[in-house]
Amino acid sequence: MENLGISILFKGVNFQRLLGGLWVTLRIALITMGLSVVLGLVFGLMMLSRVKAFRVWCRVQLEIVRFMPQLVLLYIVYFGFARLFSLDLNGETSAVLVFTFWGAAEMGDLMRGALTSIPAHQRESAAALGLTKGQIYRYVLIPQTLRRLLPQAMNLFTRVIKTTALVKMINVTEVLKVGQQIIGQFYRQPDAAFWVYLTIFILYFILCRPITLLSARLEKRWA
Amino acid sequence: MDWSFIAEHVPDYLSGAFVTLRFGLYGVLLSLAVGLLCCLARFFRIPAARQAAHVYVELSRNTPLLVQLFFLYAGLPRVGVKLSAEACAVIGLTFLGGGYMAEAFRSGLDAVEKSQREAGECLGLTKPQVIRYILLPEALATAAPALFANVIFLIKETSMFSVLAMMDLMNVADTLRTSGGRTIEVLVMLAASYFIILLPISMIASLVERRLRRGEPGHQHSV
Repeated sequence: MENLGISILFKGVNFQRLLGGLWVTLRIALITMGLSVVLGLVFGLMMLSRVKAFRVWCRVQLEIVRFMPQLVLLYIVYFGFARLFSLDLNGETSAVLVFTFWGAAEMGDLMRGALTSIPAHQRESAAALGLTKGQIYRYVLIPQTLRRLLPQAMNLFTRVIKTTALVKMINVTEVLKVGQQIIGQFYRQPDAAFWVYLTIFILYFILCRPITLLSARLEKRWA
Repeated sequence: MDWSFIAEHVPDYLSGAFVTLRFGLYGVLLSLAVGLLCCLARFFRIPAARQAAHVYVELSRNTPLLVQLFFLYAGLPRVGVKLSAEACAVIGLTFLGGGYMAEAFRSGLDAVEKSQREAGECLGLTKPQVIRYILLPEALATAAPALFANVIFLIKETSMFSVLAMMDLMNVADTLRTSGGRTIEVLVMLAASYFIILLPISMIASLVERRLRRGEPGHQHSV
């Protein structure tokens, strides 16, 4: 069985190339998530703000990401912005922009949920015990918010990772594209495509599964 | 904005929307069936089926649809399994959706108090009757928001069918974009189409959810 297509994965640097492609998507996901956490905090506070314009903005942004497939948003930024504002963004920048627009909204909504889910008596009891405002946040409110938030934020992170697969559609050379290049090189090996796509499938699984597992464990422990 | 271009191409978008909705609907219905079966297999700890369902749910939830589609459409034919684009679309969407639906059903079933089931058994209901008349109705009411969120998620995911060379909304728009150069009009129509499809679904969802919450203790008539 020396002609099995799986062997091409270990020819030369093919496997490293696939991992390199995976890193491209992971890097986009990491940058997106970093920005989403920071902007999500702002977004969450804006949702709870007394200024109506802030709340309306958040509402609109949430509805847009809820109704538009991420692929459509990617097309709008990558192809549309180039046409509309002569803004020639490359694929990776467009992806970070779009995914952060989406991630910040989702993250903000999660923050709002976590903040409002803490019963008022927690703050009141802390105040009654004589804690200062800073102490109330430091020891009572922020720890409880984080416990509710962290598992959900990790779930969002796996969704961002999976969604970054879409950047292939706007000409970013990520893992699927690298896979296609390898398949093209080994066109004489008929079952190459099967093994390459199976490997990419497994790579994504190996990347996301530990995060969802940890998220579920934390959620159970902190519930 | 070139309105005559838009008017001229409304029929193209209609036929694209038809493809999106048709295969989206097949995928949603099959996902519900697969999800329910997986969830019941796990809930009643049916040997073998339970483990298989667990592995399947984890695989489906931790990998991107785009990768699943590439594997089905470009990978499997290389080892002798040839599927049409339509079959790949339905199988792919069901593979993805089944896992998400299973989790939604599970959260619903987990929320049903054990005493409900025991009370049913005490009344002399058979096991299928307990499932049919007690467990499922209560679980469905709790799971409804998650199930509807999944429906919207799956319809949005159909935008990836364009890689199967299916003429769904996404591909209709992409074809027009590359041939005509009217990028802005094409993208505006694309976004509007998804909005028109998903808005009614989302409205039905909130209507049903409000219906289901009525009569629950502590329920408030809020918007």
